[in-house]
Amino acid sequence: MSSIRIGNAAGFWGDNLDVPRALCESGRLDYLTLEYLAELTLSILAHQKTRDPAAGFVSDFPHVVRDLVSCLSDQPGLRVVTNAGGMNPARCAAAVAESLRKAGLADLPIAAVSGDDLLPGFDEHLASGEAFTNLETSAAIQEVRGEIASANAYLGAAGICAALSQGARIVITGRVADASLCVGPAVYEFGWDWQNWNLLAAATVAGHLIECGAQATGGMFSVWDELSTKFSLADVGYPIAEIHDSGEVMITKPPLTGGVVTVDSVAEQLVYEIGDPAHYLTPDVDADFRGVTLRQVGEDQVAVSGARGGPAPETYKVSIAYHDGFMAAGQLVICGPNAADKARACGQIILDRLARAGVVLQRTNIEALGSGDSVPGGWPPAEQPWEAVLRVTAHDPAREKLQRFLREFAPLVTAGPPGVTGYTGPRSKPYPVMAYWPSLISKNRVQPHVELHTAGDWPA
Amino acid sequence: MTDTIALREIAHARSGDKGDAANVGVIAYTQAGYEYLDRELTEARVSDHLSQLPVHEVRRFAMPGIMAYNFVLPGVLGGGASRSLRIDSQGKVLALSVLEIRLPKPSDLEQMLPPPSPTD
Repeated sequence: MSSIRIGNAAGFWGDNLDVPRALCESGRLDYLTLEYLAELTLSILAHQKTRDPAAGFVSDFPHVVRDLVSCLSDQPGLRVVTNAGGMNPARCAAAVAESLRKAGLADLPIAAVSGDDLLPGFDEHLASGEAFTNLETSAAIQEVRGEIASANAYLGAAGICAALSQGARIVITGRVADASLCVGPAVYEFGWDWQNWNLLAAATVAGHLIECGAQATGGMFSVWDELSTKFSLADVGYPIAEIHDSGEVMITKPPLTGGVVTVDSVAEQLVYEIGDPAHYLTPDVDADFRGVTLRQVGEDQVAVSGARGGPAPETYKVSIAYHDGFMAAGQLVICGPNAADKARACGQIILDRLARAGVVLQRTNIEALGSGDSVPGGWPPAEQPWEAVLRVTAHDPAREKLQRFLREFAPLVTAGPPGVTGYTGPRSKPYPVMAYWPSLISKNRVQPHVELHTAGDWPA
Repeated sequence: MTDTIALREIAHARSGDKGDAANVGVIAYTQAGYEYLDRELTEARVSDHLSQLPVHEVRRFAMPGIMAYNFVLPGVLGGGASRSLRIDSQGKVLALSVLEIRLPKPSDLEQMLPPPSPTD
């Protein structure tokens, strides 16, 4: 094959469940990818796994596969690559296999790619000299060692490529670099050398552009105000990367869908969540985005070229999540003249009443939403609104102090200023906080592992 | 205000989070606009615009291929997405705020305005 089409139907866990089948039906895809894992999603999945050893994966995914049965039957060339495995790729594969057995697709090969979970061997890694120093703060891991909930290496495309070469139609990974979901299929199909850095960089750019779903096709587009009459988002089409063996990439979307693919919409996604554009680091390549250029080559077709690559890092990035107390947020709506000022005064009354009761919270914040507090000081001056949402947020190691904090909102209706409303509905609850600890590990200490069976052979 | 323009007249932008940092990528519509941003949209100007937020420092990176500057803002979220006490815990709306930055009105403004979009 000289080119492949990869469509991405999920940019996060919770994305539109109707999209995967729609994209497969109209996208003429060779590969469907689904990207589910935000920085801290694995800590939630790790918690689920401690309560149920068969859990800890993206539970939406087996349902998605059930919805894709007709596509997988009708399109024998279609393959699916996803990081839905989370903390438990093998059990995710088993759940998918069960769906496919029931649908009569017992012959379909499913692979689970694991090896990213570093927690079982964490002390051995420490003993052998891996420091897990915080990349942002340079703090030592010993500060949080007892609070670690999950520790996962971002694996690269190699495990995915190996699974595909063993015949997998569905590849389920744990933590991998998002762009590797795209690089794996490209390397497998085109037989690229793992040291051909420019080609790996091109596929990495393609993966980066489609990894957040509709953000490449008109979602989040900052010029919506000017363009919203020209395209609809209700039926937004999800992105497709057409990758050629030469490294040429085109971004497009299925016909007769909403949204838009222009140089501007794609450029916004190129800059999304990046640091130094000269070094977009993945386990596969050190990609340089500075020379990337975009060209409109047709309606909803943008050609991407100019990515350069250098040797991949010697380390895997590691995402560690640790328990960091609890947070809680309460809200009320404050109306009338000077609503924003009054909202802030109400917030202060809540904190003052807590202080009088001897409850001092570690961190608190008062916002008067509607008056520009989403970016304090970052909007042009405006008159005070006639209503504002008072939001008070608190963070503390003690859950019971936050429960006490949340009880202080309702009394403001009867014992606060006039114009306080919006108190109906259940009271919110404190929730545990997982904090993020980015780090590194030597590549030679981590071994990606591929387990492949047909749907009929995966153990139930 | 007649001798100034809003950044959004000559550029568009997107923002998001990365650990304890957020980034804002600002993309000029034209080469003239990109050269103007090089002079006017400095780290200091962005830092000043976000002075009420806990930004440790502002780092600017050029992306000439798409006529963009990427601003990386360590600390801006106040402890990273999961610990931030603000409603915009992931920095999603920082881009729209940055696009409101006022800049001196350039004499060749018309060369910096967006060309007709392909959807026109």
